[in-house]
Amino acid sequence: MANANLAIKKRRILSDKAFKIGATLAGSYVLVVVALMAFQLITQSAPIWEEEGLSFITKTDWNAVEGRESFGALPYILGTLATSAIAMAIGVPLSIAIAMFISDAPPKIGGPLGFLVELLAAIPSIIYGLWGLLVFRIYFKDWIETPLHNMFGDNVWLFSGNPFGLDIITASVVLAIMIIPTVSAVSREIMKAVPQQQREAAYMLGATKWEMFKLAVFPYSKTGLIGASILGLGRAVGETMAVTMLIGNATGIGAIPSSLFAPSQTMSSIIANEFVEASPASLHMPALIGIALILLLIAVVINVIAHVLVTKMLKIKEGAINN
Amino acid sequence: MNSKITLLLMIATIVAVIAPLNANAASMPDTPKGTINLNGAGATFPFPLIDLWRVDYNAAYPNVNLNYQSIGSGGGIKQHIEKTVNFAASDAPMTTSEAGLAPGTLHIPETIGAVTIVYNIPEVPAGGLKLTGQIISDIYQGRITNWQDPAIKNINPGVNLPDKGINVVHRSDGSGTTFVFTDYLSKADPNGWGKKIGFGKSVPWPIGLAGKGNEGVAAIVKSTKYSVGYVELAYAFQTKMSYTSVQNADKTAFLEPSIEGASQAAAGIVDKLPAADGDWSKVSIVNAPGPKSYPIASFSYLLVYNDLGKVTKNMEEAKAVIHMINWMVTKGQESSSGLLYAPIPSQVVSLDQKGLQMVKYNGQVIWTGDSADSMSSPATSSSPTSGSKIPDWIRNNAKWWAEGSISDDDYIKGLQYLVQQGILKI
Repeated sequence: MANANLAIKKRRILSDKAFKIGATLAGSYVLVVVALMAFQLITQSAPIWEEEGLSFITKTDWNAVEGRESFGALPYILGTLATSAIAMAIGVPLSIAIAMFISDAPPKIGGPLGFLVELLAAIPSIIYGLWGLLVFRIYFKDWIETPLHNMFGDNVWLFSGNPFGLDIITASVVLAIMIIPTVSAVSREIMKAVPQQQREAAYMLGATKWEMFKLAVFPYSKTGLIGASILGLGRAVGETMAVTMLIGNATGIGAIPSSLFAPSQTMSSIIANEFVEASPASLHMPALIGIALILLLIAVVINVIAHVLVTKMLKIKEGAINN
Repeated sequence: MNSKITLLLMIATIVAVIAPLNANAASMPDTPKGTINLNGAGATFPFPLIDLWRVDYNAAYPNVNLNYQSIGSGGGIKQHIEKTVNFAASDAPMTTSEAGLAPGTLHIPETIGAVTIVYNIPEVPAGGLKLTGQIISDIYQGRITNWQDPAIKNINPGVNLPDKGINVVHRSDGSGTTFVFTDYLSKADPNGWGKKIGFGKSVPWPIGLAGKGNEGVAAIVKSTKYSVGYVELAYAFQTKMSYTSVQNADKTAFLEPSIEGASQAAAGIVDKLPAADGDWSKVSIVNAPGPKSYPIASFSYLLVYNDLGKVTKNMEEAKAVIHMINWMVTKGQESSSGLLYAPIPSQVVSLDQKGLQMVKYNGQVIWTGDSADSMSSPATSSSPTSGSKIPDWIRNNAKWWAEGSISDDDYIKGLQYLVQQGILKI
């Protein structure tokens, strides 16, 4: 009897140890990968920082011709921010509206609809890109861009330039579709986390459906919704293939976003475009890796903000349940 | 007893029939022995061809497997510099700074690519448009902006050119195609394009829309009226796009793009080519002289170290590299035109073979070729000569078989190979 207990105890110590080692390894693996990645990006991009210094971030040149090399990352940082901002402006309200509908619809409708929205996330980005390039762009150009351009012409800078369908707005709209599954799935969960009593209380006070959301749901899920949007922003900032196929891929000063109908370039798209053929012996490669480093830093900042906001939200939720 | 007689008979037969192989042995590298896995990496442009070669070569020499990764020329050169592949492939010669990082690199041109100017003008039927290098350069700099520009009209009499603006399309990604195209513009318009923009795999384009890959450019050109772009010859032919004729360097004719024209361009410039170990960074076959030389063409290169000891494990592997590359530039050329790649002219083949003969393994010569006879491909045999020696691998095979270290089946396979190649006649 005592022996059996001892054996069980030993086995438990052993399995505890195995668990501890396994979990530590898994945890440190993530840290090691991120640290190695940062290390590689820093060392491999060192030549461009030595050559250009911090002006690499503010310069607008982009010339990879041998003997005339000059690189600056500003247009691509701006291009990334512009496309992400427009994608957020379109995608986030749409996603939250979808989430509101699903969270309030009877499960028979809400369930399948939620599933369909999540299915959007399963479509590879190259498919979005090809669809955008071969189908969407042509209709978008003829039905939206050209009428807008004809209406406002070159008087409104936003709609100036010759609409081709390969520009900031086309890329942003497709990007908006791509962030919908992420944002709406997280938003839906957050709205569902709002206690049912809150909703019922609002209804009891005679609130309409919209007033119920305004009074009972949004105040409790505000920070969570912001967190969900920022997760979408993370996706928009890093998205590569679809954007590369739709943004027109200008380089240098021409890539600075000047109107909705102007071609531009994002940080990830210029890496996708030029990395494969960049000469490892020139500054071209370090410049592209330098952009990757900037992109990584921006992604880290975005994720930290999202994390902070979501944790804040979880605390509010606990309070709501306890009261 | 019986088996001993058979053995003697067999060896006698082999000795009798070995002569043709030996006559060729001077002009072809040793056949690889044992199971060998080779790695190559680099350009995407020749990938379909190299992949066909991989299959064909493996069918002829089942013991050699090639793994070629088409990761792009830049990646190929990086792997070459880091010595992680047996050979690399690049659409452009190594730059001086790249060559500095990989001293002792040989350039082995293995095929020729050509670039076509494609257009979408509903009023002009396919093949109805002619352009000169100067005009293309002006279009891509935004100096010619209308299809009715006098310069275009003058060389296209009778063509119904529309009064429409020109939509310029170029590649967004770094590519060998862009390298060739901009190299051509720099040579055709040295004071304009050459001074202002220059050439490279990606250049600062003054104007135009950008598409990723040949398919990206083609998609934009096809869906945008009055546009002009440039794509690889094979892609233009396969997708049946309208392409222009381009004026030759001699300014005597307008040539439609063709693989013959691209081969002619290489032949037209062959006496100016450096040796394989020379400085190739300035080599270009755009605007090559000769009435039939299509002006927008370029070599694609295999990059090999002149001492394979750096990238191979043993002599056998090094021999396999040399044998395979020699096969690619000789026998392999027969399959290139089927895939719309231009075969390299015979002068370039012999230049390549001279290059391969420079290759050593830790200082040991791998292939002492007799260059006078080096044009014949490994499969063709010449007349028997007397007093010949038995090649090593047959000796070894017979010895191993006699010692019992290889099976009858393996030995028979060797004999069957001789029969298949027509060396052993029954």
